[in-house]
Amino acid sequence: MNNLYDVVIVGGGPAGLSAAYSAWQNGAKKILVIERDRELGGILQQCIHNGFGLHYFKEELTGPGFAHKAIELIQDKPEIETMVDTMVLEVRKDRTVVAANPEKGLITVEGKTIILTMGCRERTRGAIRIPGERPAGVFTAGAAQRMVNMEGYLPGHKIVILGSGDIGLIMARRMSLEGCKVQACLEICPFSNGLTRNIVQCLNDFNIPLYLSHTIVKIHGEKRVTGITVAKVDERMNPIPGTEFDIECDTVLLSVGLIPENELSRNLDLDMYPLTTGPMVDQHRETSLDGFFAAGNVVHVHDLVDFVAEESLIAGKYAALKAQGKLAGDVRTVKVNAIDGVRTCVPQRVSLPAEIPDDEKIKLYMRVGAPHRKVKLEIKSGDKVLLSKPLPVAKPSEMIAVEIPKAKFADIGEEISVGLVM
Amino acid sequence: MEFVKSADVVVIGGGIVGTAILRELSKYDLQCVLVEKEPDVALGTTKANSAILHAGFDAPTGSMKAITNVRGNKLYHELQKELNLDIEWTGSLVAATTDEEMETLQELLKRGEANGVEGLKILSHEEVLAQEPNLQTVKGALWAPTAGVCWPFGAAIAFAQCAVQNGAEVIRNCGVVGFVKENGKITGVETTQGTIACKYVVNAAGVYADDIAKLAGDESFSITPRKGEYILFDKTARASLVNGVVFPCPTKKSKGILVCTTTHGNTFIGPNANEVENKEDKAVGSEGMNEIIASARKLVPNLPMGASITQFAGLRAVSSTGDFVLGQSAAVENLYNAAGMQSPGLTAAPAVGEMLAKQVAEAAGAAAKAEFKAELPAKKAFCRMTMEEQAAAIAENSLYGRVICRCETVTEGEIVEAINSPVGATTVDGVKRRTRAGMGRCQGGFCGPRVTQIIARELNITVPEVLKERADSNMFYEKYPVDGGEA
Repeated sequence: MNNLYDVVIVGGGPAGLSAAYSAWQNGAKKILVIERDRELGGILQQCIHNGFGLHYFKEELTGPGFAHKAIELIQDKPEIETMVDTMVLEVRKDRTVVAANPEKGLITVEGKTIILTMGCRERTRGAIRIPGERPAGVFTAGAAQRMVNMEGYLPGHKIVILGSGDIGLIMARRMSLEGCKVQACLEICPFSNGLTRNIVQCLNDFNIPLYLSHTIVKIHGEKRVTGITVAKVDERMNPIPGTEFDIECDTVLLSVGLIPENELSRNLDLDMYPLTTGPMVDQHRETSLDGFFAAGNVVHVHDLVDFVAEESLIAGKYAALKAQGKLAGDVRTVKVNAIDGVRTCVPQRVSLPAEIPDDEKIKLYMRVGAPHRKVKLEIKSGDKVLLSKPLPVAKPSEMIAVEIPKAKFADIGEEISVGLVM
Repeated sequence: MEFVKSADVVVIGGGIVGTAILRELSKYDLQCVLVEKEPDVALGTTKANSAILHAGFDAPTGSMKAITNVRGNKLYHELQKELNLDIEWTGSLVAATTDEEMETLQELLKRGEANGVEGLKILSHEEVLAQEPNLQTVKGALWAPTAGVCWPFGAAIAFAQCAVQNGAEVIRNCGVVGFVKENGKITGVETTQGTIACKYVVNAAGVYADDIAKLAGDESFSITPRKGEYILFDKTARASLVNGVVFPCPTKKSKGILVCTTTHGNTFIGPNANEVENKEDKAVGSEGMNEIIASARKLVPNLPMGASITQFAGLRAVSSTGDFVLGQSAAVENLYNAAGMQSPGLTAAPAVGEMLAKQVAEAAGAAAKAEFKAELPAKKAFCRMTMEEQAAAIAENSLYGRVICRCETVTEGEIVEAINSPVGATTVDGVKRRTRAGMGRCQGGFCGPRVTQIIARELNITVPEVLKERADSNMFYEKYPVDGGEA
């Protein structure tokens, strides 16, 4: 059948591109990447700042620069087909994928394996229930970023940023460079959720005040935003009465969290991990449904595209092997438990075949729940310590990645725990 | 006096009531014009309400509310077919949690029967759970099978479109600022776009109906805005909420804070009821949200608050008379009021339209038109099409193959059609109300910029000229000029 692929990849951002490249490297003969936007590269195309690629391409690139390199790797390969301007409408359990494209019409394809690489989306005003009027001028930071960087318009002139996540910080600098006045950046937590380098380069260098433990208690303006009322919050993040003050602005940009985009996965009834809101995966990035893999921000939100790409190489490789019948069946499953200060850990399980291949190693990606200094990360199987690593600094905003060497596999019991020792 | 145009009837206000009246008026040999002060119809209470087609057991027997509610409910069945209205006849429950409330149900049942509501029945705890498994704390409920949920802005837009295809005119961005009167009768309506000569005026100005009546010389009633706040949930939350319409037992002030699932599967909780002074005060407050959350928890203890996607508020137009103010004004002979249209105003609108159009036509001696085009062209949302229908739609118009709104699966073809239809969308929220683009869980984060660009292209305006909703609610601006450009 012409519409049968070894690997069908849903989403042509950094995760999908890397997965496609890796699937090709690992012998898949017919690979399809489906992307909804008018070009490949995903959100990278609107991230025109630098700081990408240091780990993955070993050089500092802009977002479009990274995307370009990732696209180049899959270009001109007869085994890899790409479709842009194509929205996947449905992914079915029988591994058929239905998509719509203006020229090609309604398309149905089938994959021996499917890789879900839909990325993530931004949390909205409605999700965090910011009180006030509902005027124009309240945007998620990413939507504003697309408008400024790709379409060439400003979201407003006098800006307040809610949330000190990386996109918010990057946008604070971007709006300043465009000639806008960034009045403040507000963060409800007592610490910033962005990378340190971004706090320094995007706020401090532009004299933009960062208000920690503050949030918006009211948005003003019937037509366009005219200002906001801000309050300090207590340790339970409730506004403290009497601490309110107003900031004049015509725009509020929200950088209040990212959510794995799993609308298409819902239909598949995959086992989901409540803390990441992404599917549970094993070390090959295979989900709970046979033949379905997932990688990148759709599994858990990353701070570096390099990790997204790296993780997607894993998914691409094992999806390709599975499609060719070269992935050995599992004889046992080891559960990975995040404990003691580690909030999330991916993969959530390890699938072990009878014969563990020589090149197999397990890389764990984790996030801590709160900032710590001088702690130790310990991976244990029962009382046996498989890995111990001192961490001078551990922050929720910075993902930690460690590798368990193959030699340790023999020591792995029914479950392993990943936690901090204070 | 210079007139920009002349009409037999000017309808003031493009909400569900004004558009329903305009549609009924367009059945007669009358030249009718509807003026709406906002850039779109359905921008007042019509866009922020519970969307319920009430059965009709709430209002006192014999009141205009009761009469037009029961009649309006019946008319919607016909209108649904003619205008492809999005309505689900879900029935409604009034849930009682105490013995005292169980007694109230009996009162409601009796009143409903007296009002002519059919099929009312008291359900036991078990019977309620069979319909709504999450209502664990409920003792029993009043079941009203004739109630339903609708898509209120869709209905108002369809009413307006139907009126337009029968010769009526809808002028938006056209606020009323005064009246020209001769010998106590109105001869012209002064608007922000000039004065319109007319023989009759219908006042359907929502929360502003008292101000309009006063301008014309009728001070017989006043309107107090009563705010209702809502929280809307993602479709995925439906399973842990309700399938249909669930009211608590009513209080004097309102029908209470309900839990209700819309025609598109999003459940909402709300509204509360608080009087406000400012007729533009549609802010949602944290106190209000806490109030509706606490109240809704009495019906559904485990509210999935993490799945809320938006909050909004609407203003009920509460009349000083305690009932709808309908018909010919006692003070101004050729002024007809349709005022105080709080709940069940949405349900009553077609019946109010029927009643007022008849009164005006009789006064004017106008006959029914020989040909009234009752039906709008059939159309189906892309997301509700079968795969074969989707494939055919894309083959016919390739824009149906480009999905612009991911969450609600809305295509560029539908957006372009919404802009280019009669009484078409000119704003981002106008597109949203016609197509649902931006109504999903990402709240326009993905599609908002794209919809803005499509509007600019279709209306041949610049992106910075595109409005979110009201005048001066621009979405985006031109960049600052660089190097030698003028500041």
